[in-house]
Amino acid sequence: MILSVVEQFPVLVVVISLLSAFTILIAGWLNKKSCWFLSFSTILVQLVMSVFILNHVLTIGTIHYWLGGWAPPWGIEYVVDALNAYVLVILLSLALICVTYSKRSIAHELPHKIVPFYTVYQLLVTGLCGVVVTGDIFNMYVFVEIFSLSAYALIASRGKIALKASFTYLVLGSIGACFFLLGIGFLYSVTGTLNMHDLSVLLPPLYGNKVVLAAFGFFTVGLSIKMALFPLHTWLPDAHSFAPSEISAMLSGIIIEVSTYAFIRVCFSVYTVNFIKLLPIFDFLCWIAALGIIIGSVLAIAQYNLKRMLAYSSVSQMGYIMLAVGLSTSTHHALWGGLTPALMHILNHALMKGCLFLVAGAFIYKAELWNITDFKGLGRKMPYTCAAFTLAAISMIGVPPSVGFVSKLYIILASLEAGKFIFVAVMLLSTLLNLVYFWRVIEMMYMRREEREKESHSHPPANKNEIPLSMLIPVLTLASLCIIFGILWLTEIPIPILDQVNALFGLGRYAAP
Amino acid sequence: MNTGKSETEEGKKRSGDVIVETVSRLMVPFIQLFALYVIMHGSSGPGGGFQGGVIFGASFVLLVIAFGIVNAGNRFPEAVNTALFSTGVYIYAGVGLLCIICSLGAAQYLNYGFLSLPVHFEERRALGMDFIEIGVGITVMAVIAEIFFNLAWKKEEDEKEGGKE
Repeated sequence: MILSVVEQFPVLVVVISLLSAFTILIAGWLNKKSCWFLSFSTILVQLVMSVFILNHVLTIGTIHYWLGGWAPPWGIEYVVDALNAYVLVILLSLALICVTYSKRSIAHELPHKIVPFYTVYQLLVTGLCGVVVTGDIFNMYVFVEIFSLSAYALIASRGKIALKASFTYLVLGSIGACFFLLGIGFLYSVTGTLNMHDLSVLLPPLYGNKVVLAAFGFFTVGLSIKMALFPLHTWLPDAHSFAPSEISAMLSGIIIEVSTYAFIRVCFSVYTVNFIKLLPIFDFLCWIAALGIIIGSVLAIAQYNLKRMLAYSSVSQMGYIMLAVGLSTSTHHALWGGLTPALMHILNHALMKGCLFLVAGAFIYKAELWNITDFKGLGRKMPYTCAAFTLAAISMIGVPPSVGFVSKLYIILASLEAGKFIFVAVMLLSTLLNLVYFWRVIEMMYMRREEREKESHSHPPANKNEIPLSMLIPVLTLASLCIIFGILWLTEIPIPILDQVNALFGLGRYAAP
Repeated sequence: MNTGKSETEEGKKRSGDVIVETVSRLMVPFIQLFALYVIMHGSSGPGGGFQGGVIFGASFVLLVIAFGIVNAGNRFPEAVNTALFSTGVYIYAGVGLLCIICSLGAAQYLNYGFLSLPVHFEERRALGMDFIEIGVGITVMAVIAEIFFNLAWKKEEDEKEGGKE
């Protein structure tokens, strides 16, 4: 069998990233500056590959790659369909933006740890790519461990209090990974296979089996810890607030989303829609998610530390995604049916939260400003950064035509179709709460003056003190994408990608009546 | 090592037990030989790169226990160690990529049958697997030694600090 070049890309995306991680380690001895360049160029190449993969999947079809030429279920198989390719492109785009941003900020924050930082960062990207491209459930577990271990190390890189945050994440994350592994073990004991497609073929006659049900419970709880679903989110606020900002952006923007991807994959590729419909598990998930949305937002209001506030906001945003996943089996409309709102919000959340965390990092880079009350008069000092923050914040609130507005609109339409009117109320309440905690920051930045300025009105306005261009460009890119993608979603141009996912899993308008 | 009078104070503190040192000096080559056997045996039976690498790493651990971290550390500098665990990964990923390159993109990653070696298809598979095991073995050995050295150095530094007080 002859493979086309693009069909080699799923494995190359993972392998060149792994090779690059260890090359950075060696190159770091010779020249510290080369680390950033190597990491940046690798991720750029990976991103180009992932775009080719997406194009191939959409035009030709799912890629099946048998590692070592061993046919599944004996060998490991990489399967890339519309869902993987879509998540892969989001993941690598955000990784590229964060690595661009990290050049100056890591040189400033962790000058002695540049080499280990980029090595581990590249391993993190390797792990995330691996989880996304694989079609073998045990291989997925291995990659989950790789990216989790890298994330623990990166969160701890600041030392001191960050060590505690990282240790909490390590303990909870390991429990999550253990549960995931137990689930895999249970499925292996009843079916004797680890290939996802093979499992989905062998499992249907066993749906009533207690072992299979227990395995699903383990998968749900384990991955809920990884994706910080309320009430298993306790590791998240510390980890997000003490990590370096680009890592916070990656954590919130893509790492917890990749765990959500893993959950969606397990639910619909290993188990199927028929299994989900046997149990009321998705209704339960909807309620948990709705609780998470409200409580996450309320806790965010109580925070003074900007990064901590954003972290709690992430808890509520994960609630949005899981609410959309929970509603996916009961909606049939061509536009907002099935997984469309959930997948849409995965992209939207990566854009918004990535931008917000990078801006929070910019304030820390410039003046060690952590608390919201210190932001007085920043709107005049750092006009572009604050403008980016405002754009992302109004996206979070949901002002049209931003990405946040489209997500909320789709989730509300989906809950209306499912007949769950209570979730419409939850979404509206959450919008109000978002307004409260983001408006507070915007007010501080633009409407309050600094103490010094109050005393003498004749004093000239504060000098501009903007962050370096290599940090400003990523921030502004993400902020403008928040609006551009909002308009794109409204024009329904990218919807066919998500429609293919629904067709794959038999959801939305492809659902069996 | 003989407990001569010329030995430094640090050396005395390290106890320098003749039995432990002699036995471990005798054991280390055999442990390492066994490790190599386990690595090469991986493609056709129980064993493999990981297990062999761990045994190889354990031989360094034994050296450190017998001769102290300073002597053993000099024999196995950190720079070499870092280079070694990169080398292992290069061998693994490199063999995989060679399969793609040798077949001009027709074969999959790690499809050893397409390596351009002057032997039969099946033999190439076995040889390819051995290369992979060697790569895994080198990395595991270096990482095990590195973890142990890091823990041991840390202890040593703490003791020094404690001594100063």
